[in-house]
Amino acid sequence: MINENTTGLFAPQQGRKLRYSEAQKEAITYSMRQDEKVFIMGEDIVGAAGRSDLGFSDAWGPPSRSTQGLFTEFGELRVLDTPISEAAFIGAAIGSAAVGMRPIVELMFIDFVGVCMDQLLNNASKIKYMLGGQVDIPLTVITRMGAGVGWGAQHSESIYSLLVHLPGIKVLAPSDAYTAKGLLQSAINDNDPVIFCDHKKLLNVSSVVPEEPYELPIGKARVMRKGYDITLVGISYMTSVCMEAANILESQGIDVEVVDLLSLSPIDDSTILESVRKTGALIVVDEDNPRCGMASDIISMVAEKGFKDLKAAPRMVTAPHTPVPYSQALESLYVPDANRVVSVAKKVMEKKI
Amino acid sequence: MSTIRKFENRATEELVENKLVGLLHSSAGQEAVAAGVCANLSNDDYLTSTHRGHGHSIAKGVAIRSMMAEIFGRSGGANRGKGGSMHVADFAVGMIGANGIVGSSIPLACGAALKAKITGSDQVAVSFFGDGAANQGVLHESMNLASIWKLPVIFVCENNLYAQATPSDYAMSVKDVAVRAQGYDIPSTIVDGMDIIEVYKAANIAINRARSGGGPTFIEAKTYRYEGHFAGDNPLRYRLTSEENQWRERDPISNFKTKIREENQVTDYEIDNIDIDIDKSLDEAVDFAKRSPQPDKLDLFSDVYSSYPMNQLDVGGIRDQ
Repeated sequence: MINENTTGLFAPQQGRKLRYSEAQKEAITYSMRQDEKVFIMGEDIVGAAGRSDLGFSDAWGPPSRSTQGLFTEFGELRVLDTPISEAAFIGAAIGSAAVGMRPIVELMFIDFVGVCMDQLLNNASKIKYMLGGQVDIPLTVITRMGAGVGWGAQHSESIYSLLVHLPGIKVLAPSDAYTAKGLLQSAINDNDPVIFCDHKKLLNVSSVVPEEPYELPIGKARVMRKGYDITLVGISYMTSVCMEAANILESQGIDVEVVDLLSLSPIDDSTILESVRKTGALIVVDEDNPRCGMASDIISMVAEKGFKDLKAAPRMVTAPHTPVPYSQALESLYVPDANRVVSVAKKVMEKKI
Repeated sequence: MSTIRKFENRATEELVENKLVGLLHSSAGQEAVAAGVCANLSNDDYLTSTHRGHGHSIAKGVAIRSMMAEIFGRSGGANRGKGGSMHVADFAVGMIGANGIVGSSIPLACGAALKAKITGSDQVAVSFFGDGAANQGVLHESMNLASIWKLPVIFVCENNLYAQATPSDYAMSVKDVAVRAQGYDIPSTIVDGMDIIEVYKAANIAINRARSGGGPTFIEAKTYRYEGHFAGDNPLRYRLTSEENQWRERDPISNFKTKIREENQVTDYEIDNIDIDIDKSLDEAVDFAKRSPQPDKLDLFSDVYSSYPMNQLDVGGIRDQ
């Protein structure tokens, strides 16, 4: 396996292109081939379970389709379709991890975290600590998030902040196929519970992905473009929004630095602080709701550790403090976009000392 | 059983005497269930337990000195003082954790059983829980999962008639929890939880079934909690003395002593010697707990993760003091 020191956090300029979901499948497949303790379960990660006698198999795969074909290679003991019982199967994943397995488990949408929150809050995050370090919980939860596709209030949220809040849990949010493969590999190899948040809008986006397996460091952000006037911190799909906004702002004479967070817990505070030290201005672009969220967390961190570097009040560009609306007219208002980022950035720049 | 009873009573005494701050939930009265089930298990088998878990841990083989030190919050405790009474675990003997959330440990046992199934071992997992957990959704999800996957797990419900201060005949739609297992096509049985032999035999059948690939079993043990919900709770505010007395007459320990005196010619002398040994080991456990050092201050931050930046754990002004 090549490591991040040779690849960096950036994909090679040229090479094979792969969709995000296919890149993810490569990491899962490699891990399952390497280590018999790795297994995967979730709702409809195969589809048509128990219907092989009728010639049906592999009917679905999850919404990302990132598990299609695994059943054929690894069989029913290591690729398990579950009933719609998140508390039971995520609890079972945690229990199996406590006794030495390395489960990957699918939580179809992050909105469904409510039905298994007790298992994540009271078991996954606390077992190692409560038990005085007797065991690790090497659990990977892959889940999906993101609005803008008209799926309504219960299939569209990006409420990762609920999980970032929990000590004992790590949370990752890759922003393209390259980081999806490398960070998922790291998540599976990591000995702590990791929540891996896929954004729906990224699943079919292709980019260069090395064929060989590789890990990317958990807890490291990457600077997507360098600039001297203002720092935009993006999370997941919002990094694309930041890049789009940066191009518009550049045409208006504002030089933007974009930080792609990638890891929400732990967080790469030094890359953010270093950027703000240079630009003196900060906007965090976060699709989650604003209260007690990543955006407010990052801004409070910068206020504590980088106050002297700030030359303007930091701003949050986030979803409003509302559920996700269905109507496209409203949903397009809900999700932060480049125009909103540009407007806020210009206001910050006007007030910059 | 005697070790459990004496441990429960001694732990409560020490809690008061040493002004310890922990929450204790005594399982006095329920010893036959823990002892009868666990007598069928080896260290390779897994066990999950509840907030009322001392008896289960002792029966599974956790050392009482490390349990006592855990209750004292000392570094020599089973969990190095970081879990307390409600979270005792010792993986060396297959005790994978008591749990403070009612019902929450049930799917963990299913996960341990799933490991046995995936790896093809003959290990089994036992999950103890109470009548309170019978009304938690996660039990039902777990029973369904265990049934469709034929997991080697044994669900043992200790029905002690009260979930905290709420009687089960008020809170539960059925008289017997065991009937709920039928809805998941899981074989179930109801046993006298005050009779260790009866519990042992039912558990033996269930565990053999699980080991041989026959899937889960549900055992409901009718039992009684002699003390309040927690040390300091007066149960006579919600139940009758006459009810308590009826159950105490069926005491699992004194009745078993009578039985082995009569049927197995065990002498009073032999029984007394066992009790004396237990008393000694409890003195030793309390002594060990008191002498065990407090956890190191840095242990506040240890074991949250296997790897994580220290500067993101040590926040909130602690370093400024």
